[in-house]
Amino acid sequence: MKGISFGQYYPASSVFHRMDPRAKIILAVLYIVSTFLCKNVLSFAALTISALLLVILSRIPLRIMLRSLRPILFIVVFTSAINIFATRGAHRLTPEHWWLAIYEEGLWNALFMVLRIVCLILSTSIFLTYTTTPVSLANALERLLSPLKRIKIPVHDFAMMMTIALRFIPTLSEETEKIMNAQKARGANFTTGSLFARAKALIPILVPLFVSAFNRAFELATAMECRCYHGGEGRTQLNVLHYRASDFVAILLLVGFGVGLWFLNRVDFLYRLG
Amino acid sequence: MTQPFIHTENLCFSYKDSEGAGEHPALKGISVDINAGEYVAVLGHNGSGKSTFAKLLNLILEPSSGVLCINGMNLTEGEIDDEQLMELRRNVGMVFQNPDNQLVATVVEEDVAFGPENLGVPQEELRRRVDDALDVVGMREYAKHEPHRLSGGQKQRVAIAGMIAMMPKCIIFDESTAMLDPGGRREVLDTIRMLNREHGITVLNITHYMNEAAEADRVLVINDGLLLTQGTPNEVFSDRALLLSAGLEVPQCSEVVLELREGGIAIEGEDIASLQGCADMIARAYATR
Amino acid sequence: MDKIYLENIRYVYSPDTPFEQVALDDVTLGIRKGCITGIIGHTGSGKSTMMQLLNGLAKPTDGRVLLDGFDINSTFDDVFDAWREREEYAKLSKRAAKKEIRGQLAELRRTLCFRVGLVMQYPEYQLFEETVYKDIAFGPANMGLEEDEIRARVLEAAAFTGLDEALLDQSPFDLSGGQKRRVALAGILAMRPEVLVLDEPAAGLDPRGRKMIFERVCDYQRNTGSTVLIVSHSMEDMARYCDDVVVLKDAKVLMHGEMNEVFSHISELSDTGLDIPQVTRLALALRERGVPISENIYTVEDATKALRALFSQQKDGKEASV
Repeated sequence: MKGISFGQYYPASSVFHRMDPRAKIILAVLYIVSTFLCKNVLSFAALTISALLLVILSRIPLRIMLRSLRPILFIVVFTSAINIFATRGAHRLTPEHWWLAIYEEGLWNALFMVLRIVCLILSTSIFLTYTTTPVSLANALERLLSPLKRIKIPVHDFAMMMTIALRFIPTLSEETEKIMNAQKARGANFTTGSLFARAKALIPILVPLFVSAFNRAFELATAMECRCYHGGEGRTQLNVLHYRASDFVAILLLVGFGVGLWFLNRVDFLYRLG
Repeated sequence: MTQPFIHTENLCFSYKDSEGAGEHPALKGISVDINAGEYVAVLGHNGSGKSTFAKLLNLILEPSSGVLCINGMNLTEGEIDDEQLMELRRNVGMVFQNPDNQLVATVVEEDVAFGPENLGVPQEELRRRVDDALDVVGMREYAKHEPHRLSGGQKQRVAIAGMIAMMPKCIIFDESTAMLDPGGRREVLDTIRMLNREHGITVLNITHYMNEAAEADRVLVINDGLLLTQGTPNEVFSDRALLLSAGLEVPQCSEVVLELREGGIAIEGEDIASLQGCADMIARAYATR
Repeated sequence: MDKIYLENIRYVYSPDTPFEQVALDDVTLGIRKGCITGIIGHTGSGKSTMMQLLNGLAKPTDGRVLLDGFDINSTFDDVFDAWREREEYAKLSKRAAKKEIRGQLAELRRTLCFRVGLVMQYPEYQLFEETVYKDIAFGPANMGLEEDEIRARVLEAAAFTGLDEALLDQSPFDLSGGQKRRVALAGILAMRPEVLVLDEPAAGLDPRGRKMIFERVCDYQRNTGSTVLIVSHSMEDMARYCDDVVVLKDAKVLMHGEMNEVFSHISELSDTGLDIPQVTRLALALRERGVPISENIYTVEDATKALRALFSQQKDGKEASV
């Protein structure tokens, strides 16, 4: 348990690792918009190339990148199946009398959908989870959303909660393990029996875990009060985020990429989405 | 004479039970004065009220009755506004028992910065304070580490650094060594003594380890919510029966001297709390027997 | 025969990852039956891992853990050939014998945690039931005992740990820290383990609480003749309560033997950074000051006895070391 680091942060030194986390959030949003801008073969080709570029620039081993795609495998297969079989078009590929009708348009649609999903996941995991620690992500979100404070949305409090949650995940997971071991030492059995029996077997773990979590919360609150915590007002910060020139360049590049896609979409080549 | 840093008169506190009807008195009237720059140990068994006493001193709990003055501020007279409370807590820091439950941030230096950040210390000074505080406790090289990967003693030193960064006049240690192994306990105790001796910080160490109390200038013994006795470690440890009645004991070396005296061997001297003192006394008695 | 025998035990955390860490390295160790054995070592010396190996919570990467001479992690293949020779299987067909042996092994595995009772560090965090009674009964109930037997054991364990019968109907969460600790201990004692393993049983308790817990454990050992292992940092407590001592250092056994014998290497122990009893350091300080007291002083009683003898000697008499 001790070796596990939470989140998928992969320590390396790349342009993305060095970027301001706020810039990375903006980039991720821009990239998502870009994937939806793509309409035809050329723009999707450009998108694919850009995604490959991102992977190379991030210096994250391909093996680890692919791992992030595994959970969406089902969605990919499912959407492509729907696209293949549910799209009607002008060029039927299967014989007339077959019950299943596959059209050329369906295949194109499926391919585009898969590319869109894969690029979406790859880019967000590169910009956000792989190259940014959860903490700086929380920090960046607080900064980006700070205008919302004016309409009385407690942005600081949410960010604080997130930081504390991240801080306590390892502590509580260690604690869970300890409690499980303690109950196993008293003969508790979590692995066999009916569903009901197994659910019931969780009580000896959950009760002490909740008791301890509440105790911790109470003690932490006291400790925070002792350290003069009184909400976000009038707080300063040790590590203030600073945009650098490279952050702006990256954002401009991505905006330019979006505009480029828009132009590519106007070229009529092979196939375009309806 | 200057006024004491902490002054209490007949300080009482009662816990309300869950129905809010009955009251359980935890402190039944404590009157002490603690001067600026003193190193005071507060001894007592579990449930004696010693932790309650500590929690009253920076108003985590509010006294039910009695007088409490800290740093010239009377805290039991009239309403305390938020600013006064902040001022009090900035001056009187507190380090708790469980190292895991007082670290807020996921990076050591950000945790140390938490207090001064709350005070609104400007960024440049903040950086200096954090670095200085980490230097004082010898944890500078761990500035970028994650707290949950540190040892217990290291975590407590980070917690202490978090207090130092607020530049308090006094730090209260509420059984801060109870969950540590001997190595970690040594680390923390050395840090405590250094803060007192070199930085002039008033220290209150709430503990039930006799050897820790022996390092203090003065020992208060609390039993059943009352101040049982107080004095220098030498004075307090010479009354073994009284300490036993409070569920405590005396350090082993003091026990040896007291046992020998009871057995009719004349061992002259007062210095009963420290090991070197006891050894000197016994050796002298042996040479002149 | 030793009650517990660890044979060439190696234990590695997160093997084949960057976080790989050797917790125990080729440890061979016999624990005498019916004795109290103390295990001392730094945090991270492998003590806690060793305890979890004893009741099967952790399985060694290499090596065997023998309880009464039987490897607690043996697989079916390990025992099949040897057991088939036994009388009770001799008459059975091969298939029936296999089934029988599988059943026996499963039963051994199931009962292992009841035979080797493990009291973890800060065990009060494991309390979860509505009443103290139910919580103590959790272990015995998991053993599948009858209601009457459970009741008898709960009462016995409660009496043993000095819990008032009136407390049994209260919620464990309303008790004081010391009482909770004793409830947790009672929860293990109620399973009547042959081997009782305690990890820092007195951590965080005040002097009275410490003494209470250690004395209860010693009483249990004396009354039942069971084997007790105590992990502790406190050499003062070890000196007072243990028969044998094992010193672990950097995943290996540094010393093992009877308490007096191990403690006689006191300077080596203090070199490893262990906290030797204050009274032992007093004796060393006295020798430096020319008082011919023995080096082997581990408890206050040792010291006062030796010093009384020294003081009662004639001044001009022969100054023999006592």
